[in-house]
Amino acid sequence: MRVLSTLWYLLIQELTLAFRQQADVFAVIFFFIVAVSLFPLGVGADPHLLKSIGPGVIWVAALLAAMLSLGRLFNDGYADGTLEQLLLIPVPLPLIVLVKLLSHWLTSCFPLLLMSPLLGLQFSLRPDELGVLMISLLLGTPLLSMIGGVGAALTLGVRGAHVLVAVMVLPLYIPVLIFGSGAVTTSAVGMDPQGALSLLGALLVMGVVFIPYVTSKALYISME
Amino acid sequence: MGYDDDMLSIENLACIKGGRPLFKGVSFNVGAGELFHIEGENGAGKTSLLRILSGLSRPEFGCVLWNGLDIVDSREVYLDQVLYLGHHPAIKDSLTVLENLRFSIRLSGVDVEEAVLQQILSEVSLSERLHLPARFLSQGQRRRLVLAKLWIQRNKPLWILDEPFTALDVNAIALLVNRLEEHLTAGGSIILTSHQPPEVADGFVRSIGLGR
Repeated sequence: MRVLSTLWYLLIQELTLAFRQQADVFAVIFFFIVAVSLFPLGVGADPHLLKSIGPGVIWVAALLAAMLSLGRLFNDGYADGTLEQLLLIPVPLPLIVLVKLLSHWLTSCFPLLLMSPLLGLQFSLRPDELGVLMISLLLGTPLLSMIGGVGAALTLGVRGAHVLVAVMVLPLYIPVLIFGSGAVTTSAVGMDPQGALSLLGALLVMGVVFIPYVTSKALYISME
Repeated sequence: MGYDDDMLSIENLACIKGGRPLFKGVSFNVGAGELFHIEGENGAGKTSLLRILSGLSRPEFGCVLWNGLDIVDSREVYLDQVLYLGHHPAIKDSLTVLENLRFSIRLSGVDVEEAVLQQILSEVSLSERLHLPARFLSQGQRRRLVLAKLWIQRNKPLWILDEPFTALDVNAIALLVNRLEEHLTAGGSIILTSHQPPEVADGFVRSIGLGR
């Protein structure tokens, strides 16, 4: 029970911090909106073209936006010493990492999920396709937080960590991108998107099981 | 209030940083009611030793035992008993003074009432700044906020403190020394580094020099 209450307080602390640093949260949302909106301006207003690139564009923008916010995950705590104290909480470290990742998802990826139907309309996606888009983001964006978490933990305190994280993490995002935008594209041509969504779900389950463990090992290595 | 007769044993510890041996063959025991003072020049490895003792990093060689159990194997049991205050203040600038203390104590696994928190903060003379974001605190006030954790009753028997006296004024040092003595009398143990020997009453203190 005490483990649960400790994890609960950690979540509250992380959300309070995000609330105090709202500018960071909104910057990510704004980046997502602007990046997606640039495409209709750039490639012209042909509805067929927009419809075919829409899912991919929204997914790539979500991917980049999620990566943009990775710096917040462990770096602040590393700089002010609170990460050190996190490692000393008498709770298994993977659980602590899981809560950190959950709060990252809630504050950086979940808002993107909420914005996505509005942006999908720009690409003339139908309501049922918007639904698939949201489900694919719901299953896929937690993976973005988790995979990014490993990268962020490994590059703690390294000079030029931002670029390094991008180089390390973006290739690992590829499967999520393929299945995520794939699900929307298949439903756009009238096929059942369940296959791609199931694979995303399977990846998500695997991530929840293994990634907190890997990330906590990486944190120990970086904090040596 | 008293603690059990807990014992931290350090056996033949060695640490290598950047390919250079910092120290080796460090062995000592810290029992109930003892203050262990670690001395050494800058770069002698005092902080590295404390980080190993707190379980933050692994020694190159040797082991640390808490009541006979290796602290690496019984991580959560050990962390429940130890309070480590490091070099960094571990304060979130955007949280208020009260929130900082509340979260840091609750995250260390201790449930605490609001009234107790306020009382502790008044002990370290921060009661007029309860709702001030921590970024407006001075260096000394930040140290006081960190050290406020030591005033939680029924807390942990083993304290590991890295340079607890830095940036404190005379009053705060007296207050801290007083609190350390209380903890020792109650049967707790303290391991600390500082450049001056701590002015705690005789009979408690033992010293070890690193890098000699």
